Amino acid sequence: MSELSWWLLGACAAAFALKISGYFVPRRVLDSPLMSHVAATLTVALLASLVTMNAVTSGQELIIDARIGALAAATIALIFKAPYLVVVLVGALAAVALRATGLAA
Amino acid sequence: MPSTKSNWLTPATKMGLSIALATGLYGISFGALSIAAGLNLWQTVALSALMFTGGSQFAFIGVLSGGGAASAAFSAATLLGVRNAVYGMQIKQSLRPSPRAVPFMAQVTIDESTATSLGQASLSERHRGFWTAGLGVYVLWNLFTLMGALLGERMGDPAAWGLDGAAVAAFLGLLWPRLKSAQPIVVACAAATVTAFAVPLTVPGVPILITAGCAVLFAVLTGRHTKPATEHGQLQQVDQEKT
Repeated sequence: MSELSWWLLGACAAAFALKISGYFVPRRVLDSPLMSHVAATLTVALLASLVTMNAVTSGQELIIDARIGALAAATIALIFKAPYLVVVLVGALAAVALRATGLAA
Repeated sequence: MPSTKSNWLTPATKMGLSIALATGLYGISFGALSIAAGLNLWQTVALSALMFTGGSQFAFIGVLSGGGAASAAFSAATLLGVRNAVYGMQIKQSLRPSPRAVPFMAQVTIDESTATSLGQASLSERHRGFWTAGLGVYVLWNLFTLMGALLGERMGDPAAWGLDGAAVAAFLGLLWPRLKSAQPIVVACAAATVTAFAVPLTVPGVPILITAGCAVLFAVLTGRHTKPATEHGQLQQVDQEKT
């Protein structure tokens, strides 16, 4: 097996080790009232961070492109209480439409 | 027929399937770019089946296609995977998994399964959301990775299908139901700002960790001083069924 394959398998093992390590934190620690407050705050922060990463970043750059339009369209869909799948489709269609009309990259 | 259908297609499973489809299709892009980066078919398939965390996989092939060493690819991928440890803690606290299920749950503990699960109000819905999104993305991601690897670069640009827009909408749709009182809105805006500032300054994968660190610090500080208020506030309602 090539050197690259060994590094690749090592990276796969490391990825699994990281995933499972979170489950080894004792339940006693996770169950304190402070931890449930931390968990609720952390969830909102992680989701907001994922939205930001997907909307305006590309590698290490901040970029404004059709994805901002998708974000705006999805926000409008959510304000009008659209079902989740509709929100996702609206996001995709907005990006496609903005690119097709040349309004955004 | 209608009753079995309604039992199975709950809001959580619908959400899980939508996000699985939107994310799984990205596998085409990964498969094609991996072959273009010089990996062979088996290495490409192994990354999706074994590593199975999209950001790390793209980082691994990204370093290689940029002429980087295999050890650098290993480091970039591993750094990006650190957030999955945070997700594991969240899922353990939220879903109360049995020890035997943990190795299987760990493998599908990724952005999408965590986000779908934590977006649900009841414990059973959180379980359904986690497994539908986790297994759904796993199956489709691997299937489309293989397809992308075989079909090549012609299929490689997810932007052409608006999938990048779909991903933005998918994560916003998960965040939205949580923004019902002032504090989570402030937290969300602050998190978005911290992430945007950290992106140009750090390597990919680190901004979300910095954001998570700031959120934990904020929660610990506010949790000590305003415990009675938060315990009865909106913020705690999603966790009420956990016992």
